[in-house]
Amino acid sequence: MILGIIEHDRGVIEATSLQMLTLGRDLAEQTGTDLEAVLIGDDAASLEESIKPFGVATIHRVTHPQLDDYAPAAWAEAAVQLGRARGALAILAPGSDRGNEVLAHVAAKTGLAMAANCARVEPGEVYRVVRLRWGSSLLEEAELSGDIKLLSVAPHTVVAIESRRDDVTVEEFEPVLSDADLKVKVTRRDETASSGVTLKTARVVIGGGRGVGSAEGFAVLEALAESLGGIVGGSRVATNNGWRPHTNQVGLTGTRIAPQLYIACGISGAIQHLVGCKGAKRILVINTDRDAPFFSRADYGVVGDLHEVVPAVVAELKKRG
Amino acid sequence: MNILVCVKRVPDTGAKLLLSEDERSVDTRRLGFTISPHEECAVEEAVQIIEREGGEGVVLTLGPSEAEEQLLDSLARGMDRAILLEIEGEEWDPQRTADAIVGSVRREADAGHAYDLIMFGNESADSGGFQIGVRVAHALGLPCVTGIKGIDISGGTLEAKREIAAGWEVYEVPLPAVVTTKEGLNLPRFPSLRGTMGAKKKPFDRSSPSHDEGGLRLQRLSQPPDQGKEVEILGEGPAAAPRIVELLEKLELLG
Repeated sequence: MILGIIEHDRGVIEATSLQMLTLGRDLAEQTGTDLEAVLIGDDAASLEESIKPFGVATIHRVTHPQLDDYAPAAWAEAAVQLGRARGALAILAPGSDRGNEVLAHVAAKTGLAMAANCARVEPGEVYRVVRLRWGSSLLEEAELSGDIKLLSVAPHTVVAIESRRDDVTVEEFEPVLSDADLKVKVTRRDETASSGVTLKTARVVIGGGRGVGSAEGFAVLEALAESLGGIVGGSRVATNNGWRPHTNQVGLTGTRIAPQLYIACGISGAIQHLVGCKGAKRILVINTDRDAPFFSRADYGVVGDLHEVVPAVVAELKKRG
Repeated sequence: MNILVCVKRVPDTGAKLLLSEDERSVDTRRLGFTISPHEECAVEEAVQIIEREGGEGVVLTLGPSEAEEQLLDSLARGMDRAILLEIEGEEWDPQRTADAIVGSVRREADAGHAYDLIMFGNESADSGGFQIGVRVAHALGLPCVTGIKGIDISGGTLEAKREIAAGWEVYEVPLPAVVTTKEGLNLPRFPSLRGTMGAKKKPFDRSSPSHDEGGLRLQRLSQPPDQGKEVEILGEGPAAAPRIVELLEKLELLG
């Protein structure tokens, strides 16, 4: 069987878990086995109905008196014990922060190889996988061996498709956990009040890079963001120079955005940045350099100085009321 | 506090990655090299902790002889000592890499240099395996917190903060421990001229590890499809403003 670890946070499912299950179901069909899912923690009970439509044959509800919040090594131990007991061919997790973390613990505990962020998987004695490198700028074909194949599924490379089975069973499982498994556990949360529009959820993101030139230079971008109900982001150059806080960074090591429109101002288009705005539906680039690589990844372009173009757009918007 | 920071030499990418002829690596003939932003923050944090608490900061990499350049850069930024686990040929898989690092940590401990904290980047910039730190922690029997953007050490306890959608989740672990860091943890300094001058005088240890191959073997790299787009140029300079507003209107992004 193929075992999928469902990622959730206190009962809120991570959407990429369903993409992972879809790839897992495909793998189960190809290997002539079943797809089974692991749901860890009491607060995950409500998620059974969310994952049932995705072709799982069995849901393992894992509970333990000390599993009251996320604990990566303990989650991994539960998956290892289930995987061994059920003769898993492969253990899958979503390629999210937690998914990759739990799977890395599974790998470390078992001494098995792990392939992170796989987009395609071809089973066999040795699995052939295609995984993402450089934040998806390159594809790597690799061979993965081991008694149990460990792979995480790259987010948004598989579309989650329902395929309900009528015979889904739910089984309870209590793992045996050691102190070491529970040493690392969420001990506290500092939750910041949500301020409405965020980089992740905004419909319009206005990005600024080297061409903005200074922290003050972002004022024109703020003005445009305000008139569009959008939000300002920055390239790594902007955050590294201290013009914007790191939380504003759009990029491989910052936030991945997915707005309807991304307006990139004075950003050349380095891989670090392109990876972060890949999810944008449309991209408008404003840059003085017509040869900037970003133009070849954009839908629309304006050749010009953002310090002139952006205020002109704000003025034009005002004129139209 | 004795701190080990593990880094990886990677190409400093431009806008497009070109491949070598055998399609097994990136063509680096026109590229410089660097370490990942996550690792730069780990180095900076280690230097800051040692400035406060005293101790020794050791930077380690497993890579080709040329990775000396990245170690010297970390020494210039304030680390005290460097270890190069020198390998030849293609990069090692995650299991082999982790084994070699564990071997080095054990040798250091045997020589009386036990670490209180071992730091990694959350994932390497190039291969993005997401596992070396966790593997090393398990082999050494240490707790591991990954993807952190905040560290607070008091007494023998480390408090680590990790960003989540709703704010922060906080972990408390006893030292010694392993953490993997993310960019945003701090704003790394640039090396000073004095730091750069002094880097070459700091202790630098080279050795050649040997370990069996792991179970993940790279076969071939390729470019993902549909990279290029046909851009529609709306105009030049501020004169393009009306066209931009028309576009916003067409996309139904106005009020």
